[in-house]
Amino acid sequence: MALEESHVRRAAHLARLAVSDDQASGFVDDLSRILDMVDQLQSLDTDGIAPLAHPLDATQRLRADEVTETNQRDAFQRCAPAVENGLYLVPRVVE
Amino acid sequence: MHDKTVTQLAAALKSGELSSRELTSHFLQRIEQADGTLNSFITVTAEQALDQAEAADNARAAGKAGKLTGIPFALKDIFCTQGVKTSCGSKMLDNFIAPYNATVVEKLNAAGTISLGKTNMDEFAMGSSNENSYFGAVKNPWDLTAVPGGSSGGSAAAVAAGLVPAAMGTDTGGSIRQPAAFCGITGLKPTYGRVSRYGIIAYASSLDQAGPMAKSAEDCAHLLNVIAGHDVRDSTSVARGVPDYTETLNAPLSGLKIGLPKEYFGDGLDADVEKAVREAVKVYESLGATVREVSLPHTHYAIPAYYVIAPAEASSNLSRYDGVRFGHRCDAPADLIDLYTRSRAEGFGDEVKRRILIGTHTLSEGFFDAYYTKAQKVRRLIRQDFLDAFEDVDVLMGPASPTPAFDLGAKKDPVSMYLQDIYTIAVNLAGIPGISVPAGFSNGRPVGLQILGTHFAEAQLLNVAHQFQQATDWHLQRPAFAEENA
Repeated sequence: MALEESHVRRAAHLARLAVSDDQASGFVDDLSRILDMVDQLQSLDTDGIAPLAHPLDATQRLRADEVTETNQRDAFQRCAPAVENGLYLVPRVVE
Repeated sequence: MHDKTVTQLAAALKSGELSSRELTSHFLQRIEQADGTLNSFITVTAEQALDQAEAADNARAAGKAGKLTGIPFALKDIFCTQGVKTSCGSKMLDNFIAPYNATVVEKLNAAGTISLGKTNMDEFAMGSSNENSYFGAVKNPWDLTAVPGGSSGGSAAAVAAGLVPAAMGTDTGGSIRQPAAFCGITGLKPTYGRVSRYGIIAYASSLDQAGPMAKSAEDCAHLLNVIAGHDVRDSTSVARGVPDYTETLNAPLSGLKIGLPKEYFGDGLDADVEKAVREAVKVYESLGATVREVSLPHTHYAIPAYYVIAPAEASSNLSRYDGVRFGHRCDAPADLIDLYTRSRAEGFGDEVKRRILIGTHTLSEGFFDAYYTKAQKVRRLIRQDFLDAFEDVDVLMGPASPTPAFDLGAKKDPVSMYLQDIYTIAVNLAGIPGISVPAGFSNGRPVGLQILGTHFAEAQLLNVAHQFQQATDWHLQRPAFAEENA
């Protein structure tokens, strides 16, 4: 499956990653070579094989619906780039 | 002092021959002296270490010392440590002071061990040479023109150079075993779920696992005793009892059935590496083991499957770095999208961006089944290869890496770097444990023997590795660098 620059552009948009025009062509080259290597998978017959998501086939454990976390907002916001009154600040999104 | 194993140092502390303060000062001084050359640490926490050492000595005086109380070690900079910079080798987290401790860190603190600091690594654990670190490459103490391996390259180099007696690493596709092999130390990747991932910065969550890196299998057994176990804060950690891994180290190996996967001795394997591994296997035969060839037929699909699954998980895990709650934020964002896209573009290095883009692409509409579902099916076949092999043999043996450490700057093409992990990556896909032990040299660079066991066979792997280290002295060899910088 050949990779085109439009694929890289779409992935960069979905991943919210700024990619300049110069960088885009480099990524097309690198990612194409990676996907060529990955494409070896297509030669393997996997009909009837179930996908494996967890190496021990574990399933999600459940716990009682109880409050276990304490409020540590101040500690967690100490590493934030911009906060005010306990809120995270971002550029205005609603005019 | 720096030549001794954790086991020997623990005995010296217990007998009162040494205090933890003396030991800690000694290693801090070595780091100060030698790490300008190696670059194995990102952060050294000297003051905290000396405080911890004093507390350890006081605990010992009060009769409250455990087996490892007062032993210095280092943490790969992927483990969150409260109040200490936890960068994950990235500019993105250069300003991140972790507000909490990883479970592994809590357990090591509770055991009275002393953290000397945080070791260098490939950014977000993505790499096999440690050259992808924002904080610069690490040098291999055996040869300063060689890479130490990756991604836990700083941990491996620091232990090999005698800057610290042991270190913690993580392994998603070989990141403990390959640097251990390149630096001539012993490194164990436990079974997926054996050690809690809570507080370990996530790369590929269905593959990541933490483990010890040290001078001997016996040291690794002591450290695994401390860090293994179920943790309610990691829903993938396994609720299963933890044995005392030191108790079975001396079990005899007579009757041990060893399998040599024929796919691990094929094209691309360095002749010296093959010779060292085959000679190690002969040592096992002399200890009473029997050897036979086995097959892991899907071996060559492991790297392709990994480079779908790991980047897919990474693209999801790394979406949290948005420039809003923590981590790097770009200057003067025009709007919210500009804030996201520019903070991420500035904060991540090239390899991380490649993997985010690959993962996002393969998970996107129109490509998901062909890539992600396909890779997960192949993952089942790869695991089945191992389960079938373990019906016939107790352990598998082979090289940890097809070559010894390569030169710094030698592998510029990402795919050629990926292919280095041919013998380690399938192990993470299958979730089984593996250990690398020193088994010889090729042109002065160490060679690692990899030993693999079935799920939760850590005690057996440590026993098998320890018995080899009773019969050989490869693990006792030290690089000249360690002495020149004494």
